[in-house]
Amino acid sequence: MRSKSQSMLLQGARDGAPFVLVVVPFALLFGVVATEAGLNVAEVMGMSVLVIAGASQFAALQQMVADAPIVMILATSLAVNLRMAMYSASLTPYLGAAPLWQRALAAYMMVDQSYMLGVTKFESVPELGVAERMRYYFGTLILIAPSWYVASLVGALVGKTIPPEFALDFAMPITFLAMIAPMLRTLAHVAAAATSVIVALALAGLPYGTGLLIAAIGAMIVGASTEVVLERRRA
Amino acid sequence: MTMTTGEIWVVIFSLAVGTFLIRFSFLGLVGDRPLPPLLLRLLRYTPVAVLPGLVAPLVLWPEATGGTPEPARLSAAAVTLAIGLFARNTLYAIIGGAVTLFGMLWLLG
Repeated sequence: MRSKSQSMLLQGARDGAPFVLVVVPFALLFGVVATEAGLNVAEVMGMSVLVIAGASQFAALQQMVADAPIVMILATSLAVNLRMAMYSASLTPYLGAAPLWQRALAAYMMVDQSYMLGVTKFESVPELGVAERMRYYFGTLILIAPSWYVASLVGALVGKTIPPEFALDFAMPITFLAMIAPMLRTLAHVAAAATSVIVALALAGLPYGTGLLIAAIGAMIVGASTEVVLERRRA
Repeated sequence: MTMTTGEIWVVIFSLAVGTFLIRFSFLGLVGDRPLPPLLLRLLRYTPVAVLPGLVAPLVLWPEATGGTPEPARLSAAAVTLAIGLFARNTLYAIIGGAVTLFGMLWLLG
C-alpha cells in the first residue's frame, strides 16, 4: 500500500510538472507588475501565498492601481474566482469523504491545473480510493505551488530594477488577453466576452469599478442564455 | 496607487479569505448535493464575463499615454488575442504580445 500511495503522489507530480512552465513566467510577471504598482515584497508574497489565484491577483492589482474602493476591488477579484465554486462542486463526489483538514488544504490549493488534472484522473480511474485521489491531487501541486511562490518572489525582487521604457504598464493587459483568448471556446463564451467589453466601455464613466461589475453580471447572463438557446436549437 | 499599507493588507486578507471560502464551499460545507443547473451555467461564464471588461479600457485608453489610443499597444493586444485564439496557449500569447509591443515601440521610436 505504501508503494502504491507513493506512486500516486509521483504520478501527480509528473502530470503537474509541465505546468511549471506556465506558472513560472506568470508568477514572475505578477511579482514584477505588483512591485511596479507599489506593493512591497511582503505584500506581493502575502498575496501570492495567501490567495494563490493568478487572474484574481492581477484583477485586484488593476483595481488597486485605479484607486477603486476596497469593496469594489474585492467584488471584481472575487468574481474572477467564482468559477472555483464550480471546481469545488465537481471535486466533491471524489474527495468529499476525506478528512476535513485534507479538504481544507485541497481547497486552499485549488487551482485550474490541480482541478483539471484531478478530475480527469478520477474520471478515468474510478477504482481509486479517496486517499489515493488526495495523494494524486496534492502530487499535481508538489511542483506547481512552490514554483508559484518562488517565481513571485523573484519577480518582486527584480521588479524594481526594470526601467520604465520596458512599457510594463502593458504587461497586465497582455496577460489578461492571453488568459481570455483560450477561454473563448464556444459562441456563448464569445457572446459573454463581447457583452463584457461593450458594457464596460460604455459605462467606463461610472465611478470606480461599478461599470465593470454591471458589465460582468450582464455578460454572465448573456453567456448562460446563449448556451440555453444553442442547446434548444440543437435538441 | 494611493492605498495605505493597512488598506493593502485588508485587501490581501479579505481576498485570501473570500477565495478560500469559494474553493472550500462545496468540498467543505455543501457536500455532495448537486448544484442548480442555472447557477452552474452562470458560474461557467465568470472569467469571460469579468476579464474582458477589465482589459478593454486598458487597451483602448492606456494610462501611459494619458488615455490616447496608441498603435504599439493596440497591435500588441491584437496579436496576443489572435495567438491565444488560434494556439489556445496563454504563454505563447504573452510572448507574442510582448514581442509585438517591444517591436512596435522600437519601430515607432
